[in-house]
Amino acid sequence: MAPSFSANAIIRADGLSKTYRVAAKDPGFAGTLRHFVQRRYNDVAAVRDVSFQIHPGEMVGFLGPNGAGKTTTLKMLTGLIHPSAGQALVAGCTPHRRQAHFLRRITLVMGQKQQLLWDLPALDSLRVNAAVYGIDEAESRQRIHDLAEMLELGEELRRPLRKLSLGQRMKAELLAALLHRPEVLFLDEPTLGLDVNAQARVRSFLADYNQRFGATVLLTSHYMADITALCPRVLLIHEGRLFHDGSLEALTQRLAPCREVRLELAEPWPLEALRSYGEVESCEGRVVRLLIRRDALTAAVSRLLAELPVRDLEVRDPPIEELIGRLFVQGALP
Amino acid sequence: MRSPRVRPLQGLGHGWRVARALFTSQYALMLEYRAEILLWALAGLVPFVMLAVWIESPAGAALGMGPTQLARYFLAAFVVRQFTVAWVLAVFEEDALQGRLSPMLLQPLHPFWRYLASHGAEQAIRLPIVAMIAALFFLALPWAFWLPTPQRALLTLAATFLAFVLNFLIQCTMACLCFWSDRVNALERLIYIPMLFLSGLAAPLEAYPPALRRLAEWTPFPLMVHFPAQLLSGGEVRISSGFTALALWITGLLLLVSVLWRAGVRRYGAMGA
Repeated sequence: MAPSFSANAIIRADGLSKTYRVAAKDPGFAGTLRHFVQRRYNDVAAVRDVSFQIHPGEMVGFLGPNGAGKTTTLKMLTGLIHPSAGQALVAGCTPHRRQAHFLRRITLVMGQKQQLLWDLPALDSLRVNAAVYGIDEAESRQRIHDLAEMLELGEELRRPLRKLSLGQRMKAELLAALLHRPEVLFLDEPTLGLDVNAQARVRSFLADYNQRFGATVLLTSHYMADITALCPRVLLIHEGRLFHDGSLEALTQRLAPCREVRLELAEPWPLEALRSYGEVESCEGRVVRLLIRRDALTAAVSRLLAELPVRDLEVRDPPIEELIGRLFVQGALP
Repeated sequence: MRSPRVRPLQGLGHGWRVARALFTSQYALMLEYRAEILLWALAGLVPFVMLAVWIESPAGAALGMGPTQLARYFLAAFVVRQFTVAWVLAVFEEDALQGRLSPMLLQPLHPFWRYLASHGAEQAIRLPIVAMIAALFFLALPWAFWLPTPQRALLTLAATFLAFVLNFLIQCTMACLCFWSDRVNALERLIYIPMLFLSGLAAPLEAYPPALRRLAEWTPFPLMVHFPAQLLSGGEVRISSGFTALALWITGLLLLVSVLWRAGVRRYGAMGA
């Protein structure tokens, strides 16, 4: 159901859909000949009737497996592609018109793609960006200095891009994408391929940027750590449809009606007796993992503490990536 | 949120700054590829091969151009060709297929301006190479040495620049077709042969039968090499009709590129991005 849009939403997707026409070819020589003589096409719905809104300053995670429609949605919201149906409104503009005043207010960072010139130092490309966006030279120097400091970049900006590590390149790309100080950031896998430390630095930079400039961020990532660290709200898309729009916690509750209780007992306990408290996920000697329904959790924990020789007890949600991964593998959404 | 301090995009000052920044960065980039550019320039020595053929051939005398005029024409054809080469199609096709076009489309600057700056930078790198080859030519054939009159030199500069714009726009027109097909580069091979012969690169158009010459005049090819080369070498040329034809072709192609671009970006699927 489409949300009722508020007047101050900075991103609005209203029934956005995108259908691609894809040539279909059977394998083998006969299939090749048939394909040559009479080409067949299939319509593939990449995004179907997706509606949501995002308010200024929000950081929203955009989740979904490969091919779910995340990147296609981002491309529609940035104006790179035209929607097949529905409407997008970003910063008050229709994205696919790609008017200059719209382009100056947004940015799109794609983890796998670069805008910086490969054989030149990033500073050369930054100089071009400053000119293109009409940022005066003193101001652009100051912005480069500030962003470089936030990103912990220094002399790297003077080295040819091809000589930088993946993490340094990604940070330089972020600097280039943010030099014009966009209000809306679309980030598509900005930490893809980075090591754990580099991921953490990029995350901390994004949080800092959001705080300092009040920018709105829509972020896709395969790393749940990015989402949990940055995004109080998540959108989950699956097979082109929006499945969830809300907090990560609400998503966890929706995907996992049970919580995990990890027990360390003073002595091993019979499996049959443990089953009366909940589903036994594992039982290795004195360490037991139980899955207990959320509505029965308080009572079950009280019973466990009263009836069993409990040395340690921990209640936690199953890891979100595990839940989402399981969901996508199963292919069916509740 | 602090409002970004931007100057209005209109205005000569802004345009000049963008042009300067694009040109200097592309010049730095082209310097990295200087060896490749030298090879490209050397690959353009076709007019000198043709000169050798025509000077030795009895048909050369039938052209009404003596050896001196022939030598000057082919050197002028070489020089003009060096500064009118355009390669937008190959680069654009690769950028579109590899997804590099997407970041360009998200900046408030038409991607073709970047390609134009690349061409300008590449021509600046070619300049000393062409001067060196011309100097070697005059050392080898001192009797062919000449200096164009100041008026002819200025007209040649204008005609060469417009010929480059014409060639650039033809390439942009074909590049726009990348929005409909993945392998538009093949079109370049299709027009290479007519371009080679009808542009005057392989032979002055005066060498062709009148019917073929009339046909050539209905195409843009003679304007790409023959017209500026005749201006530079001091040959007979209809100046006003040449410039008029250039202006008409350029205007028509500008309109065509604009229409194709608008229709094309609607189809853009941002593949690979």
